[in-house]
Amino acid sequence: MSVNNLQIRNDGRLRHFLSTEGLNRGLLTEILDTAESFAGVAEQSVKKVPLLRGRTIVNLFFEASTRTRTTFELAAKRLSADVLNINVGASATVKGETLLDTLRNLQAMHIDMFVVRHSDSGTAHFIARHVLPHVSVINAGDGRHAHPTQAMLDMFTIRREKGADFGRLSVAIVGDIANSRVARSQIHALNLLNTGDVRIIAPRTLIPSHIESLGVRVFHDLREGLRDADVVIMLRLQRERMKGVVLPSEHEYYQLYGLTEEKLSMARPDITVMHPGPINRGVEMDSQVADGPRSVILQQVTYGIAVRMAVMSMAMQQKHSQDGDA
Amino acid sequence: MPEARIKISGGRLIDPENRIDDRLDLYIADGRIAAIGAAPDGFSEDVELDAGGLVVIPGLIDLCARLREPGQEHKASIDGECRAAAAGGITTLCCPPDTDPVIDTPAVVELIRHRAQQAGAARVVTLGALTKGLQGEQLSEMAALQRAGCVGVSNALKPLASTLVERRAFEYAATFGLTVFLHADDAALSANGCIHEGELSTRLGLPGIPQAAETVAVARDLALIQQTGVRAHFCRLTTHHAVRMVARAQFDGVPVSADVAVPHLYLSEVDTVEFGADYHFIPPLRTQEDREGLRKGLLSGTVSALCSDHQPHEPDAKLAPFPATEPGASGVDSLLSLTLKLVDEDQNLLADAIARVTSGPAKILGIPYGDLAVGRAADLCIYAPDSNWRLDDTSMNSQGKNTPFRGWEMPGRVRYTLRDGQIIFSSENP
Repeated sequence: MSVNNLQIRNDGRLRHFLSTEGLNRGLLTEILDTAESFAGVAEQSVKKVPLLRGRTIVNLFFEASTRTRTTFELAAKRLSADVLNINVGASATVKGETLLDTLRNLQAMHIDMFVVRHSDSGTAHFIARHVLPHVSVINAGDGRHAHPTQAMLDMFTIRREKGADFGRLSVAIVGDIANSRVARSQIHALNLLNTGDVRIIAPRTLIPSHIESLGVRVFHDLREGLRDADVVIMLRLQRERMKGVVLPSEHEYYQLYGLTEEKLSMARPDITVMHPGPINRGVEMDSQVADGPRSVILQQVTYGIAVRMAVMSMAMQQKHSQDGDA
Repeated sequence: MPEARIKISGGRLIDPENRIDDRLDLYIADGRIAAIGAAPDGFSEDVELDAGGLVVIPGLIDLCARLREPGQEHKASIDGECRAAAAGGITTLCCPPDTDPVIDTPAVVELIRHRAQQAGAARVVTLGALTKGLQGEQLSEMAALQRAGCVGVSNALKPLASTLVERRAFEYAATFGLTVFLHADDAALSANGCIHEGELSTRLGLPGIPQAAETVAVARDLALIQQTGVRAHFCRLTTHHAVRMVARAQFDGVPVSADVAVPHLYLSEVDTVEFGADYHFIPPLRTQEDREGLRKGLLSGTVSALCSDHQPHEPDAKLAPFPATEPGASGVDSLLSLTLKLVDEDQNLLADAIARVTSGPAKILGIPYGDLAVGRAADLCIYAPDSNWRLDDTSMNSQGKNTPFRGWEMPGRVRYTLRDGQIIFSSENP
């Protein structure tokens, strides 16, 4: 499939990072190993390495984001790249400029990488198909399709907590799978890393059709789904979904799918609790759990910088050597 | 030479409606078919077209072609698309009412007819709007539209405000014997979907349109068709369930017909795997099982017409992230070839396939074309069955180059197209 080829150079190295789907275990492991080497940088007093000095990275965000954009920006700066933040919002479409025009204008300024977030699924692929040969694209979230750097920071977190052997792990993802690009990217990544058991837990209204084809087991009961799990990832549930035809009320959702100490007792005692943030306390999970000893929610944020540094440097370093060849 | 007497000699004549498939000469006088086989008394031709090695069939009737005029002239024009259609062996195009302005007044009907006549290529018939402005609320002036020449009424892809509006619109159309052309879609279920709801929509994270959006609408429409007795036609069915429902209704004697569009017979949701905008269709490409069900329904006759669902676009319309692109493909160039390709492996079905683009749509539209009976307007498509061609920007005559079939090897090359006895396309002199 050329979607996958789009991401991978002829020599097998990363060209763009659009989706965890279609990559291979070797590349995912390389991302995690590279991130591991960058994790140390953050702990030094001078938190910079000169890998991408002179390179220009554009954060092109068509959708509001604080956390993701900030960590991408920090990651780029720690790699010594120049960073340009562009919050396009709806303004460009108001002006009548097409996405392709926006892209071409920025490329004319000799940039080296786009980090893109957009509300339409497929946007990162579309951009990757139309950029100049030397420009790389990192997907920072497209519609409900993919959010691969979030998924990789989650894999990084799991590896730090549980070790590199994913084969013996049971990982449960709970909540709004239907609308979650994070869940899709996590599922592909977990399966590529050979995770023993990938489960999703939600009511039918939050599960998209044919989800089993992605390689998951479906549960509708949280207690049953958590039984002997090693890791649980809670997804954010947008509040507007809770008043309408998808869910009857916050109250009932919390009763059934909110993560509490009591429900956690079904899982293995050393279960790791994760959440991509931001959390709705008292909806997806109890504060006691979110702030409890098994929660690694803040570590996830920290690791996000190292993982994004890894992905950016991998996609760009290759370019260095290609430039050298030329 | 409008009134020329033409002899078409030595061709294989296939007229599914009159069960003819033989090597026969055909004679044209006064724009009509004068005789088949032996020349009429005293006939002397002004022109002889040598059809040796060629197949002579009724001119194709395309049940749905957007010509983009009036309103979207940056995409295409009536002149250009009527010529492209002629080059594709099509002699009649049916234009749905979602032009801009909408075909809800006789003036728009007249404008389109006038432009088509000026083009002097394929003829154009129109469907009038079922409701004013296609808004789904107030009935259009159907009697006036019928007098102006509309061959049926339709709300195109737009929903009706309620089942009550639907009921009254059906009753009013039935008053004048107008056929209602229906896009079977429950708007609440399809919402902002842009792809079949299934494995691919889940993987790609694209909003899906469930099969039930179509079947719920077919069930509701069938109930109201039975209630009102209106003659109705389902446009562009996409699910095998819907085909079965229509078959059942036909068996029960309900006056209902159906068509499918070419892309849905060759492609499926799987083809959208790379977010390719050329595979963006509304209604969407469904599963491979649906595709097979549509093919079966077409060849069995439950679905009695195959159309191109021609939707030419400017290149920019497809240059965006998938959900933001405009749906539809340009199709008049390949309607004949992709009809022939359907029966590539079973030539026994050739006449049935040809019927779906000739007599089938003629009956649905209630127009006196689509067969080679003596006295009929001489609408003919003459093609070389063994001559293949490749679909690409150069070989496409439509202004819209948006197609999922780019690069496909196409069987059957059109040599001549005649409409009302006039040669409107010749491959020697295109």
